[in-house]
Amino acid sequence: MARANDRMATTEMADRYRAGVLKYAQMGYWRPDYEPADSDILALFRITPQDGVDPEEAAAAVAGESSTATWTVVWTDRLTAADTYRAKAYKVEPVPGSPDQYFAYVAYDLDLFEPGSIANLTASIIGNVFGFKPLKALRLEDMRFPAAYVKTFDGPPTGIVVERERLDKFGRPLLGATTKPKLGLSGRNYGRVVYEALRGGLDFTKDDENINSQPFMHWRDRFLFCMEAVNRAAAATGEVKGHYLNVTGATMEDMYERAEFAKELGSVIVMIDLVIGYTAIQSMSKWARRNDMILHLHRAGHGTYTRQKAHGVSFRVISKWMRLAGVDHIHAGTVVGKLEGDPNMVQGFYNILREPHNAVDLQRGLHFDQDWAGLRKVMPVASGGIHAGQMHQLLTYLGEDVVLQFGGGTIGHPMGIQAGATANRVALEAMVLARNEGRDIWNEGPDILAAAARDCLPLRAALDTWGEVTFDYTSTDTPDFVPTSTPA
Amino acid sequence: MRITQGTFSFLPDLTDDQIRAQIEYCLGQGWAISLEYTDDPHPRNTYWEMFGMPMFDLRDAAGVMTEVQAARGTFPDHYIKLNAFDSTHGFETIRLSFIVNRPLHEPGFALGREEAAGRTIRYTIRPYATDRPEGGRYS
Repeated sequence: MARANDRMATTEMADRYRAGVLKYAQMGYWRPDYEPADSDILALFRITPQDGVDPEEAAAAVAGESSTATWTVVWTDRLTAADTYRAKAYKVEPVPGSPDQYFAYVAYDLDLFEPGSIANLTASIIGNVFGFKPLKALRLEDMRFPAAYVKTFDGPPTGIVVERERLDKFGRPLLGATTKPKLGLSGRNYGRVVYEALRGGLDFTKDDENINSQPFMHWRDRFLFCMEAVNRAAAATGEVKGHYLNVTGATMEDMYERAEFAKELGSVIVMIDLVIGYTAIQSMSKWARRNDMILHLHRAGHGTYTRQKAHGVSFRVISKWMRLAGVDHIHAGTVVGKLEGDPNMVQGFYNILREPHNAVDLQRGLHFDQDWAGLRKVMPVASGGIHAGQMHQLLTYLGEDVVLQFGGGTIGHPMGIQAGATANRVALEAMVLARNEGRDIWNEGPDILAAAARDCLPLRAALDTWGEVTFDYTSTDTPDFVPTSTPA
Repeated sequence: MRITQGTFSFLPDLTDDQIRAQIEYCLGQGWAISLEYTDDPHPRNTYWEMFGMPMFDLRDAAGVMTEVQAARGTFPDHYIKLNAFDSTHGFETIRLSFIVNRPLHEPGFALGREEAAGRTIRYTIRPYATDRPEGGRYS
């Protein structure tokens, strides 16, 4: 890249750096001629400029406020290679179907960022800029990280492949359930739910995001009772079992203490919440790597900034950050359950978490080509309002490398928790078997389940109870690009 | 009890036709099939005995079924599992693994508890079958 000094004549430089206020575009943050380098970090923002602000100036302002700029000219820029450090808005295009919104593409030089730090990355990319007055709304839609940057992160401590090898479970989605009610159970009663669910056929049970250490159940009590349940279930089935012990706490010291206790008790997995923050997540990731522990992340809080299309951060960006930061599991949507999730958007998240390389796929919201440079894969978790009767849809939409979590769909079973777990496991194995046999599970799914239920009373009861339950609401986070038929 | 390791242990034991269909699926994916057997079904017994090498070059389901029958003939009272191995970069691991033979009687596991400091308990899982020497555990 040419330095500013080489590109500008002396008089131009003097004009450029005269004290006062310039438009961001004039300050060098709008560069329609710029060809992003392979080593640049790229970001795509959806911008909604205030009335009267032109989109190029708004894009330049985003580039400026997320990199080097302040509101006025400062002569001290001239002590730096300012043109290198300036982020460059290099493309602005209207969002299809949304007349007041624009996609702004911004390129950042790699030297703007500390290696291996999500906190540093996000302080720039979603820092001051999100409160910037000339924009009515701003959403970070997607990012591209060069291999050189990806390689500064350790990534998932375990990853899908190693997790399966440790658990000795292959060829099918894993099954889990969140203990319910999420609050109020004593440690002893809580462990009962864990035992029944694991004994009945689930691979994992889970603490909910807000189970930490409350008056009704302190964390040590929960850990002890849960590990009794896990080991009893393992002995009763001959399978490796696990319970996601939530180690989220008020301080890092608390979390380390809880995680160490989980390790001492022989747990294969611990859990954290997204609300602990990026730095704490990276710390726990390094802890998990040192201690051979699977790290489960519950995305508590994400809906506050991922759900609305005009403002916030897309969950596909959070997925990328979390793959870099290094978690092994992350809740990423169910498509068919009770929580927000357009099928295309959710598949986009899953592809980010699981693929070695993401090609551009506008329909799924993937605007950049992303090479993961050998970084391990994150196991997505589908949780929230799903049941055995949807097994064919879940397997079709979400594939095999996923944890399907049936909380209510296990614990609410009319014949009890063990029966609920068995129903889910039988439905799952029957569906995988049928898919592998080449059957059209999307259309034949209900028949396949009905046939499996003939040998399995709990599955029959589950289908009778929930078979018709659907959550059919319109998604808010939907694709901007839909496939159009092109002439042959 | 019934040990539920493997992909399809919650279904009734697969018929040979069902096993052949799964083998065809695996071969269609380009995976290599191998057979392993054991009479120590501890959940963390990773290294079952190999019944020959992985069949990297055998692309015919009938041929694999012949090997399954041979393994059952040699080890009728052992657990035998069929693994499908994927050598694709980024996987390089087993993609499907299910039991194709199991002993008639499965006594299961004892859960040992060693009481430690506080209320901590150290757990150990021991197959009842391993009280007897290898080779004569389920006959």
